[in-house]
Amino acid sequence: MARTAPEADDTDASGDVAVSRLARLMRPFVGVAVPAFAAVAALLVGAVMLLAFGANPLVAYGELVTGAFGSADNLADTAVRAMPLALVGVGICIAFRTDVINIGGEGQIILGAIAATVTSMAFDDVPRVLLVPMVIVAGAIGGGFWGAIPGALKAYAGVNEILSTIMMNLVAFHFLSFLLQDLLIEPGAIKIQQTRRLSPNADLPLLPGGTRLHIGVLIAILVAVLGYLLLFRSALGMRLRAVGHNPDASQYAGMAVKKSVTQALAFSGACCGIAGAVLVFGSESHRLIGEGGAAAFTQNAGFNGIVAALFGALHPIFTVPASFLFGGMLTGGSDMQRAVQVPAALVVALNGVVVVFVVGSLRLRDRLRTWAGEVSSYGGRA
Amino acid sequence: MSDFFTVSVLVATLASGIRLATPFLLSALGETIGQRAGVLNLGVEGVMLIGAYAAYITALRTGSVVAGVIAAMAAGAAMGVVYAFITVVMHATQGISGIGIFLFGLGFTDLLFRQQVGTPVPIDGLRGLDMGGLSDLPVVGELFFQHSVLTYVAFALVPVVWFAMNRTTFGLNVRAVGETPEAADTLGVRVNVVRTQAIIIGNVMAGLAGGTLALDVGIFQQNLTSGQGFIAVALVYFGAWRSSGVMAGALLFGVVSSTVLQLKTLGIIVGANSTIAAMAPAILTIVVLVLVSRRIGAPSALTVPFDRDN
Repeated sequence: MARTAPEADDTDASGDVAVSRLARLMRPFVGVAVPAFAAVAALLVGAVMLLAFGANPLVAYGELVTGAFGSADNLADTAVRAMPLALVGVGICIAFRTDVINIGGEGQIILGAIAATVTSMAFDDVPRVLLVPMVIVAGAIGGGFWGAIPGALKAYAGVNEILSTIMMNLVAFHFLSFLLQDLLIEPGAIKIQQTRRLSPNADLPLLPGGTRLHIGVLIAILVAVLGYLLLFRSALGMRLRAVGHNPDASQYAGMAVKKSVTQALAFSGACCGIAGAVLVFGSESHRLIGEGGAAAFTQNAGFNGIVAALFGALHPIFTVPASFLFGGMLTGGSDMQRAVQVPAALVVALNGVVVVFVVGSLRLRDRLRTWAGEVSSYGGRA
Repeated sequence: MSDFFTVSVLVATLASGIRLATPFLLSALGETIGQRAGVLNLGVEGVMLIGAYAAYITALRTGSVVAGVIAAMAAGAAMGVVYAFITVVMHATQGISGIGIFLFGLGFTDLLFRQQVGTPVPIDGLRGLDMGGLSDLPVVGELFFQHSVLTYVAFALVPVVWFAMNRTTFGLNVRAVGETPEAADTLGVRVNVVRTQAIIIGNVMAGLAGGTLALDVGIFQQNLTSGQGFIAVALVYFGAWRSSGVMAGALLFGVVSSTVLQLKTLGIIVGANSTIAAMAPAILTIVVLVLVSRRIGAPSALTVPFDRDN
């Protein structure tokens, strides 16, 4: 950018050069600034709440961190908790980048879980090496189908996808409850809403190390990589992002906008559906359980995955560490509850605060980015 | 099924439908005002939960339903200030920040409930008014004259909101900033002030809606609203941003819910089938959205933040 070395410029410009250097140095960090700010702000809000309950925030957060990351077992639990978040999060990246707001993660997880469960029941005796991939694919199809419906409704009937995905969640909750009281209920069980113990051939294999960690973590990472390749290294992904950036211009350029919107929600739902399959076959009970409400099964991952994706700057790869962080908050939350007697629901509230701070500070980031860009190019011209 | 089609059962079902419509109506009317000003608040569900908890804990501690109602509205107002700051000042994406508000409300009320109450303690909730002779009238009395005062408030707000939107300067300003904020700004309307006012009014009504729900059932529990706040947002689309349309939608949802409950109580829908019946409102919403989405237009500047510099 600079035609001459800054030192050769006249003295009046040297101040600007210093600023431009600072701005240029800062530019890579501007992207990280928003999530970092949001995290700190949310932790401060949490500290105020903890103080209000008479708990020492440092002790509480200490317990949370230890409970989340303190030992191999805790790390494994955190990873298990993070898998659905990462899978949903990758789906959210695909949808949000196409400017489609998918709030239907919960329902898509449930439909994925149902499809995977039914598949394992139908193919009880298929060897594990086949049945495990089969239930994962079934989950993707179930969730993808549940996502494609609001996608098509948005594309071809103009239905607001935020509202339709929320309604699809409610339908899925009741559908799950119906199946677990009727068609899929464990034979002999009357009251408990759960299936029988599903085929061991569909159990997700544990990874070596003697912890609860299973291959779901590899599936999540694989899906994140595939999500990245889809969004940023394929023609389809380019089309999705173009539609997300400017649907009118994309239409004018001859892109299939309606198809893109449907595809985005279908892919997004497929990722959530895989999360549903992982939740069933990676669980310790190896059943689909509806007891305690649908949120008890999904662990609210349909919503918390949005938090992880936003925290990961809507990038599939960054969503994985972000999910690990939030998975840690969720596992550590119960340790915090035991230690300082503050309910773990605090973590859910803080997730909400994180969302608000992330989306609330994007404007600041853009200003910062503009400033960093403008100042450094001004320095270049000097 | 013939058990259902008797005068007494039908009247009871319709009457409870009107009662169940009250929280829908209050929150959806509030959301209508906000959306007419160009602000989508998807956090209604969270605000309703916070209002519900505020009403519950206040009524539990003071023994006063009136104090509970006031607390619910105050909690709604506080959330309104927060949401106005997030959307009007910080220009946050409205759909997603609403999800943040929802998660916050869900977690925060659960947290407070577990910390302050623990095991559910029922409270003396809202009672139906006794209007003497009117309440004793056959059929009409049960249908219209035995409800709680908040139900009458909610339905009275329908013409009030219509009048405020269409016949007052404030309403004109609200509609102007929701349709063409730039033009409104040129004419000296303070766009962001009007939007902030609309958001706070809408949130007060959402808080009141949650309070109504808690005081009606006399209990609080985690996720008490179970999606009602989201349905309220959909009702605004259903009602084409008009208070009468919103009322029709709220009544429809109230009556569908009460019918499902009644059929279950009478044993007409048994066992697991009741969960299938419970899908009805959500499926109905989707069908309605399909029918109305092409026909009517939302306020032009809905979800678009206003900034004079741009």
